Amino acid sequence: MALDMRESIGAEHSGDPSPPGAPIRRRPAWFGPHLGRALVGAVAGYALGHWIGNTFASGYINVQGSGQNDVATVLALSIGVVGWLLGAGMLDYPLAKIVGREPLPPTEPKSWTRYFGPALDHKVIGLQYTIVVLLFLFTGGLLAMAIRTELLSPTSHVFGPGTYISVVSEHGTIMMMMASSIIIGPLGNWLVPLMIGSRRMAFPRVEAFSLWIFAAGYLVILTALPLGGFPTGWTGYAPLQTQAGAGMNSYLVGFAVIGIGMICAGFNLLVTIINYRAPGMSWGRIPVFVWSILATAALLTLATPTLVAAGLFGVLDRTAQTAFYVNEHGGSSFLWQNLFWFFGHPEVYIMALPGFGIVAEILPVFTRKPLFGYRVSAAGMIGVALLSFFVWQHHLFQSGINPDMRPLFMLTTELISIPTGFIFLVGLGTLWKSKIRYEVPMLFALGMFFNFLIGGISGVFLSDVPVDVTVHGSFFVLAHFHYTIMGGLVFAFFGGLYYWLPKMTGKTMDKRLGQWHFWMMFIFFNLTFFPLFLVGLLGQPRRVFEYAQNLQALNDFASVSAFFLGSSFLIFTFNFVRSMFIDPKPAPANPWHSLGLEWQTPVPVPPYNFPRIPVVLADPYHYGTTDGQAVADLGPRTLSMAGAVAPGTPGALGSDTVTGEDGSADPRPPIA
Amino acid sequence: MSPDGDTRHFRRLIAIWAVLAVVLDVVFAFVVGPHVPPGAMTSSASGAQVDFNVLFLIALPVMLAVWVYMAYALIVWRGSRAGAADPEGGPKARGHFGIQVGWIATTTVIVLGVFVYGTIELIVPAGAGGGEGPSPLWTPTSHDVLPIQVIGQQWDFTYRYPTFGGFETRQLMLPADTTIAFHVTSLDVIHSFWAYQLGVKADANPAEDNVAYTTTKQLGAFTVRCDELCGLWHGAMYNFGRVLPKSQFFVWAQSTERQNAANTKNLPPFSYTYVPDANGANGSYYRDNVDPYSNVETYGATSPGK
Repeated sequence: MALDMRESIGAEHSGDPSPPGAPIRRRPAWFGPHLGRALVGAVAGYALGHWIGNTFASGYINVQGSGQNDVATVLALSIGVVGWLLGAGMLDYPLAKIVGREPLPPTEPKSWTRYFGPALDHKVIGLQYTIVVLLFLFTGGLLAMAIRTELLSPTSHVFGPGTYISVVSEHGTIMMMMASSIIIGPLGNWLVPLMIGSRRMAFPRVEAFSLWIFAAGYLVILTALPLGGFPTGWTGYAPLQTQAGAGMNSYLVGFAVIGIGMICAGFNLLVTIINYRAPGMSWGRIPVFVWSILATAALLTLATPTLVAAGLFGVLDRTAQTAFYVNEHGGSSFLWQNLFWFFGHPEVYIMALPGFGIVAEILPVFTRKPLFGYRVSAAGMIGVALLSFFVWQHHLFQSGINPDMRPLFMLTTELISIPTGFIFLVGLGTLWKSKIRYEVPMLFALGMFFNFLIGGISGVFLSDVPVDVTVHGSFFVLAHFHYTIMGGLVFAFFGGLYYWLPKMTGKTMDKRLGQWHFWMMFIFFNLTFFPLFLVGLLGQPRRVFEYAQNLQALNDFASVSAFFLGSSFLIFTFNFVRSMFIDPKPAPANPWHSLGLEWQTPVPVPPYNFPRIPVVLADPYHYGTTDGQAVADLGPRTLSMAGAVAPGTPGALGSDTVTGEDGSADPRPPIA
Repeated sequence: MSPDGDTRHFRRLIAIWAVLAVVLDVVFAFVVGPHVPPGAMTSSASGAQVDFNVLFLIALPVMLAVWVYMAYALIVWRGSRAGAADPEGGPKARGHFGIQVGWIATTTVIVLGVFVYGTIELIVPAGAGGGEGPSPLWTPTSHDVLPIQVIGQQWDFTYRYPTFGGFETRQLMLPADTTIAFHVTSLDVIHSFWAYQLGVKADANPAEDNVAYTTTKQLGAFTVRCDELCGLWHGAMYNFGRVLPKSQFFVWAQSTERQNAANTKNLPPFSYTYVPDANGANGSYYRDNVDPYSNVETYGATSPGK
């Protein structure tokens, strides 16, 4: 059956969308789906769920007189999320289909208000994602500032122990949620269709759904604070999880909600990359960034269900008195650890791989050289993704599970450094005899290589069981994963933002402020986290509010550096707000002179990306050649690139071979 | 550029790298290495120290290789340099078979070497001080093993000495030159017993017995911290211990056993794990059919006091 997807794209309707005959009953704009209605829906759903829970399960209050009812909290949060999705209009289409009514055509505000409502254009969703992940990032960052403030002194305290542990847990969880989507969400959704020559994502509604449920996860995890916080850190280990107060429900429901969003986003990208590539966009030509998103999307789709299931078990343990994780009643606390890390370790690479993709994409542009070892880099990403499913028990080396698998997991963990090393080979090979332009994205990419090297090598120390006896669970491991996630992923993300924002928004970010941002962030990132390796080696466990007196100097040094590190994001925010809203300067269509397909479109990118589906002729890394091979034939509107072949000349496909019709720009996407 | 240009860059890089790698490795090995935590108080601590140093001596040249190369590239091949040549594209810039194979082979050899070394260092010293679970695979060769139970609970560690009547104390006293078997368990949530200077770490799980071995070598004080987030006062869950000369240890143990005798009678009999009985209602933490003073439970050692 052919589905007409014209309306689902949300742009460029030809004529009257209403079917002949019955006039469409349009709701007033204020009642239509948007952020405000979503918030109202969330609050109403929360209240409804809480009432239901208290009505039907008031006997489940665990501690007499606590007034705490986990059933009510879980139902409140779950129904609140449903209310949010209803308010955002995410369920309109399936509900209308279920009751057999023709769904209302999507409203199409042309103005900036479209960023506050459901959208079906992957470029709008990408920018919405950008704002949400920045919200996540800055919330988590503020909590990090609170943690470093508390650790200024070994014995005198800013927070009580309960507040401190809530802040630590909230910081970890928010950052992990953010990091799972920080590149996939904004850049993955925005760029992948453009990079593979598609007009849209495979499932635009699923894409919008993944964004809105991701945003709901932000609200859910924030509710942990008024509910009393949770004491488990982002790992949520089980007997403590079962014992914890109502804030724990926010963690479990929040991760499940985020997990559903991650599965949707990953599945959508996977299908898009496999099925929506333009003619000629063979597996040997897709940009490395798309390879990294492909590997990440596979991990998201395959690993995250474990998290959702594990969270469901946890919710049942807390509400329905099951005993999945209770040793004394036949369950196992190791079950949570295994399920969580079976998700959690692929999750770590969900956070690393897109960063690899971005730096591999940036390097050729600013060195004016082809990417060195394209196949090696793709193989590295796929290799990392495959191996990442076989390393999770290295988190359990000292946990008391049987030790027979320990050498095996030491081996797999160390093996994963081989495909990770491929990325370094690619990076270093591309720098060989190049011509390096130190633009802001390039600075971030180089910074990522510097940081990730330290993060990766320290990971080998952790994988070694005898050394792990000392460093496991200490600040050493904390420094390690901040080097990989923040030093790797977040640096790559900002590199990608500076690189692609001119294309995404049509406005130029200020270069000087960008350089200030980079140097502040790079220097103080290293000054913050490098001392923490030493702090860990010298015996400070993670997540403590008291530590040995002799570690105060190092801790204070890290804290003060962390405050400067935090302030570097103020520079970014100032730059972003000024360049985007206050004093916007229009960006050229291809400011970095990139050969990437996404740069060959005009600014702003038209709603359907390409007037006609482009025919891809080569991979986008043909720098430094004089024979000038075109990357793609975009039809009559092909932008002239250095080395691009005009249509009609030998080697380029004639424009009529694209559509086979009159060659006019057909705005419609292909009928699925 | 001519191949000579390639060779010139290559030679320079190798020279800078080799000098730096040798100098810094030697400096590390002799200046820093002996002071690397967790020290040499026990067999597992010194094992971890040696292991860390070996890994670092391998890691340093690897990191230097990347850093030297990057620094060289960023300076020599910067675009702003006067007369910077346009880079060459083409197949040569897209990959070099020898370099790719060489890189993969080198990293594979390093990784497999590290793995083999790490496995030996794990198995030979009986688990290297890490928790091996209830049925350890790698056990010490010594028959003179002192079992000590570590009980984690929110938010304190206590220690029971089954060979001395099963008394319970908050001070972890150990005899020197003795192989210790730590039996780590918990009464509530997961904790982690981290005797920092001893190089011992084992999670304390409720209803699970997690065994870790080490052999004491040096006298002195050490710190025990909880290394697994266990709730509100996790950060304050620490206490201290000492490694004493054997004779002092026995004096301490026997006197503590006498002093605590009245309290010990009220404790549940020694058991590897303490779980509530079937209905959990009477607050008793017993396991049936456990003879706490059997040969099995005490590794054949008898209480010198009896």
